[in-house]
Amino acid sequence: MSFLKTLNFRLGLVSAIFTLAVLVVMPKIDISLDNSFIKIDSSIGGYSVNLFNNKFVLDLTKFKEGLDLKGGIRIVLKADVSGIEGVEKDNALESAKEIISNRINFLGVTEPNISTLKTAEDYRIIVEIPGISDVSEAVNLIGKTAQLKFKSLKKDLPWKEELFFDYFQNPDAWEDTGIIGSDLKGVDVVIDSSGSLQSQGKPQIRLKFTSDGRTKFSELAKDNVNRPIALFLDDSDFPLSTPVISEDLSKGLVDDPVISGNFDLETAKNLSIQLRAGALPVPVTVLEQETLSATLGADSVKKSFFAGIVGLLVVFLFLVYKYRGLGLLAGVSLVFYTIMVLAIFKIIPVVLTLPGIAGFILSIGMATDANILIFERYKEELFWGKDKNTALELGFERAWNSIKDSNISSLITCFILFELGSGSIRGFAVTLAIGIFVSLFSSIFVVRTFIEAFRK
Amino acid sequence: MNLLKHKIWYLIISGLILVPGIIALIIFGLNLSIDFVGGSVVKYQLPTGFESNRVLDIYKNNNIAIESSSIDNGFLVVRTKPLDVQTNKTVLDSLPSILNVDEFTNGVSINQVSFETVGPVVGKETTKNAFVSLGWASLAILLYISYAFRNIPSPYSSFKFGASAIIAMLHDAVVVLGIFSIVGHYKNVEIDAMFITAILTVIGFSVHDTIVVFDRIRENLSKLPKTWQFETIANYSLVETLNRSLATSFTVIFTLLALFILGGDSIKNFVLALLIGIVSGTYSSIFTATPILVIWESYKKRDK
Repeated sequence: MSFLKTLNFRLGLVSAIFTLAVLVVMPKIDISLDNSFIKIDSSIGGYSVNLFNNKFVLDLTKFKEGLDLKGGIRIVLKADVSGIEGVEKDNALESAKEIISNRINFLGVTEPNISTLKTAEDYRIIVEIPGISDVSEAVNLIGKTAQLKFKSLKKDLPWKEELFFDYFQNPDAWEDTGIIGSDLKGVDVVIDSSGSLQSQGKPQIRLKFTSDGRTKFSELAKDNVNRPIALFLDDSDFPLSTPVISEDLSKGLVDDPVISGNFDLETAKNLSIQLRAGALPVPVTVLEQETLSATLGADSVKKSFFAGIVGLLVVFLFLVYKYRGLGLLAGVSLVFYTIMVLAIFKIIPVVLTLPGIAGFILSIGMATDANILIFERYKEELFWGKDKNTALELGFERAWNSIKDSNISSLITCFILFELGSGSIRGFAVTLAIGIFVSLFSSIFVVRTFIEAFRK
Repeated sequence: MNLLKHKIWYLIISGLILVPGIIALIIFGLNLSIDFVGGSVVKYQLPTGFESNRVLDIYKNNNIAIESSSIDNGFLVVRTKPLDVQTNKTVLDSLPSILNVDEFTNGVSINQVSFETVGPVVGKETTKNAFVSLGWASLAILLYISYAFRNIPSPYSSFKFGASAIIAMLHDAVVVLGIFSIVGHYKNVEIDAMFITAILTVIGFSVHDTIVVFDRIRENLSKLPKTWQFETIANYSLVETLNRSLATSFTVIFTLLALFILGGDSIKNFVLALLIGIVSGTYSSIFTATPILVIWESYKKRDK
């Protein structure tokens, strides 16, 4: 990579990265200027990038803040999957998560964050909802077991294809059949291989009934040939699906019944997850919950942010005091470092929490270490009688071993923290690791480029 | 400058700090937060001059045993066995009833700022993870140093370099734990999950610092005359890297001090743990790790 050796190229690269990072970090600033000479009405920063037809979306309008900064509630649920076998466990966990997401969306909150976690002991669902403080409402909403109900069209209502939409919108058109989610032992997606030519190769949803459920469903099917049944989840007003009982089923159930329709694989999968949630209710219990007030966080962030700037300034002055011109360049690269790390936080995005901010501020301190190692080495080489250029060259070269070994050991700690830690500890590990990588780039590549530029 | 002349004294100083800490750890143990033992912590914001017992009475009237309560920066902190959401709601609903007419008309209100519950299962798991991560971190770093220093000239062993670094690292972890055991007992400072992060950061930094010194010893072992004693070479390397060790530690300590003095209250204890650990880590990389390595390497020589 000989082009990396040309100073102009490296200077260009550094300024390009810097400009890009500044644009990413900047919040949206409106620029409007209106006088007799010039008229500007525009804004800069806070961009939102959308490329390749929604395939690549990057929202840079703001930093992603963790619950401790924004306030809200956090609930850790244990999903009791003990009654479920093998792979179905994962499916049950996923569908429970899906259902909980749907329910939380009813609360009308922005950006709830729902994730699953499998530990050695049990399966967990972690729910984080920013901006609300009533944890009991949320727990009640989540704790309900999803309930699937099979309903049939009321006997006195006629069935015609054209009436479908009226019935679909009208929950009163349906009556209970006594078949519920617990009559199903599984739901999966199969590809139609036996049907007519036009349905062949299309995904279908197969309902696997328990023996009890099978009897009940056969009865239902006999009574409703060529009429629709509806599958309702919880107390929703709209059915998930309204399959029409085909004539074959009137003779009784041979195979497991399937719902066929114009599904693509994605919709078939989603529907099967929703049905399964009713079919395989996973009881959940609260393991841990937290309510955090936003004021507590906002206050801490402001203070810690200010503290970070003061810390940065003190380090800057210390570097200039100790290493003069070189220290000034290292100080400038430290500003570069800070902006670049913040830009990466926004791009990934890293969820900012208080421990995360602490990790970041700590990494500012560590970032200078590489420069201190290099500069001290440089001073030593000068002392041994080398001329300035050779000493600098040797400073970078010989300090590399120490820089490499010490940073790798720090990265090992980060990796272990990330693997074994939970929540906030992970956030800390991620910010520290990003800090270490960026610091290597800024304190070696950037500083070296600056120094060479000033030498000319 | 002969830094290693008083090497025994450095170890004695370390001992003077370690021993009270270890005794405190044995007698007082650690003041563990609900993160480790499970339980509920509720935080209230009280109006100035408000008698906190009036809030605590709600708990007593509902037969909820209070494990501890304290006033912290104007907040009332109540700790109990794990409470479920419904029980907390009962307490919340009773809050207005403890106000008298005057207070009520003057718009006085008591706010529950936060409510946190950790089940005993999660608590045990956090404790286990803390030990497991400390164990893995030590092992991984030991292996890495043994590998990175594998080209060290004989008869010196890269394992001894690694082990000395690990001893210095554990030294720092125990210093922080010991001091927090004492502070925890007398000042009611709790150890929470964040504290584990602090300890792990401290050991990361400690090794980081020690490696720089050891790196220089390795370099000098092949550069300096073979007739020099190991202790002389080690001392020479220490003096050479002293400036850097102090400068780096200062920059980290500056940022941490800024965080400690100016930062938010919720991270104060975390930053304090880091500060103590970084100071200890700087000391140990110069005055613990290297003396141990020197004593170990020369002990083996005499054996032969």
